Amino acid sequence: MADHVENAVNNVSNDGTEVNRHTETTPSRNEVELNGQPPTARPPQVLTDSEEDEDEELTLKYGAKHVIMLFVPVTLCMVVVVATIKSVSFYTQKDGQQLIYTPFREDTETVGQRALNSMLNAFIMIGVILVMTLVLVVLYKYRCYKVIQAWLFFSNLLLLFFFSLIYLGEVFKTYNVAMDYFTLAVIIWNFGVVGMICIHWKGPLRLQQAYLIMISALMALVFIKYLPEWTAWLILAAISVYDLLAVLCPKGPLRILVETAQERNETIFPALIYSSTVVWLFNMADSAETGNNSSHPVPQQENQVAMAPTAQPEDDGGFTPAWVNQQQHQLGPMQSSEDSRREIQELPSARPPPVEDDEERGVKLGLGDFIFYSMLVGKASATASGDWNTTIACFVAILIGLCLTLLLLAIFKKALPALPISITFGLVFYFATDNLVRPFMDQLAVHQFYI
Amino acid sequence: MTVAVFFGCTFIAFGPAVALFVFTIARDPLRVIFLIAGAFFWLVSLLLSSLVWFITVQISNKNSATQQTGLLIFGVVLSVLLQEAFRYGYYRLLKKANEGLLALSQEDTMPISIRQLAYVSGLGFGFMSGAFSVVNILSDSLGPGTVGIHGDPQHYFISSAFMTLAIILLHMFWGVVFFESCERQRWWALGAVVISHLVVSCVTFVNPHYQGSLIPTYIILSIMAAWAYLCAGGSLRNLKLCLTCKDKDFLLANHRPR
Repeated sequence: MADHVENAVNNVSNDGTEVNRHTETTPSRNEVELNGQPPTARPPQVLTDSEEDEDEELTLKYGAKHVIMLFVPVTLCMVVVVATIKSVSFYTQKDGQQLIYTPFREDTETVGQRALNSMLNAFIMIGVILVMTLVLVVLYKYRCYKVIQAWLFFSNLLLLFFFSLIYLGEVFKTYNVAMDYFTLAVIIWNFGVVGMICIHWKGPLRLQQAYLIMISALMALVFIKYLPEWTAWLILAAISVYDLLAVLCPKGPLRILVETAQERNETIFPALIYSSTVVWLFNMADSAETGNNSSHPVPQQENQVAMAPTAQPEDDGGFTPAWVNQQQHQLGPMQSSEDSRREIQELPSARPPPVEDDEERGVKLGLGDFIFYSMLVGKASATASGDWNTTIACFVAILIGLCLTLLLLAIFKKALPALPISITFGLVFYFATDNLVRPFMDQLAVHQFYI
Repeated sequence: MTVAVFFGCTFIAFGPAVALFVFTIARDPLRVIFLIAGAFFWLVSLLLSSLVWFITVQISNKNSATQQTGLLIFGVVLSVLLQEAFRYGYYRLLKKANEGLLALSQEDTMPISIRQLAYVSGLGFGFMSGAFSVVNILSDSLGPGTVGIHGDPQHYFISSAFMTLAIILLHMFWGVVFFESCERQRWWALGAVVISHLVVSCVTFVNPHYQGSLIPTYIILSIMAAWAYLCAGGSLRNLKLCLTCKDKDFLLANHRPR
């Protein structure tokens, strides 16, 4: 979610010298961070003008750098999904199977019936997500970290072994590659085990990023295959609204999660956040390395847990947005508490501000965002009759939405969800390009007119 | 054969633009963002013009071929005018953003100058325009098929590729000249850019007589290239210095011995 992104970017652009600028979203956090000083009484600017201006410019430069650090993985994920959709026909075939979360069928006689069924499907899906979020909040509140950790581990296991096996099988079928089971077993075993190690423990950053992108792409492909047409679009729209409400409303589950994490001063390390750099904290007495590969739990924190909201996979399409959304939640708490801890430790002592380079403070984005962006672009390439035009248009729209989200973050310095703006742009451009631009461009191409 | 045509046409159409991107834009994140924003603005302009065209087509007589062609021509002209309007809109937006940044920072050095923004936004427009014109054609060139089986022109793919190349580069030059003329308040230059864009688009109406469309387009391309070079601060002297590797400022900046 953009929670994380926002906070991450916020933190990134605020280096040690601008601690005072690091405005927090909740009062508790403010009090904690400013170390006893009443938040309202603290002047907003402590630095002199020239430092402030330099920092503004640095902020802009570093802000841009972090936008690009998000553009690249999002683009890669989309490229993987589009390449698969275009070449492997398995993921565009509808064999009549649907997830259990979308029980109503769309092959009805009347349009009205179809609309009603798809709306019911979307309601059920969002309801499931809401319930899973609440279960997660309850589990977190009552400190059942082991349950969550095991849940996450098992879901990742299934994804890395089972889904990638299916994917590989379909790729082999498409390209007519003969492969014996022994070789396949060795390949899948190695792929899965290295993935589990990279994501849940330690591993090279690039490898971990690659695995996270791959599992996001796999999830997006599952959604593209198993969600019927109208249901998929409605779910995309509904999930952005849900995201907006859950993050911004005072009683939203995500907000509650964030605040609980802040109160407890905990870092939640879900194994499912994409992190662009290794985060090193030099002056913290308690840890030399935090957030390494975003999955390595900080060792000195016993009560810290890798939260992984995952739905039980009841069928082959078990990883629903519920599971996906849970990942989104963690970004908020993780980022905020990690940074609040850092801030506290930096402020009171007389030691100089940490030597972290802004460039080493990466940005983090929830895998749920990856999944839904890729799902939108994948559906655009799968079902649009405008073909590549629609795909390119959705791609640009989503990137611009992400850019705007980060810009809003820099302006408001508040937790904002990453899905709404991008998905709205994506949906608008999908339908507009498919219905309006495509006939125009087709006519132009036929006559070879150029605009 | 088809794969060769596909790769050939792709490299013809996008080669120079991608090279420009890789060598001048990819390293600087701010430029990449403004490039994508420029692409977005072009996309919005296309959306609006398609909307208007679509509405006119719906209320017109669908059976009359001449009317449909006439509407298409109207659509092209409208699209060109809207593109230039959105280029102006993007210019205003960038000026505002620049001013805001300048107000915040006391220094004179901006992270990105308006000339760089002109180049980057022009290239953004070009990329998007080129992509929308040619990507579907390229993907068709991969698949099984025969070109011009019903007596249509045989050189469809390669002429499309060359035309796309010209359009992408033209957008970049138009961007540079446009922004420069807005900065200097030279409205005649602005008009010249718009008119040259219209000319290039209207010249494609004579397709498939490619000699009638490609040649004027490339002539306009070279004129615009020279004009953009002059606008960006180039001169014959600079060119000579650059080509004979005697430009001391450039060499110093890149730490190369002469």
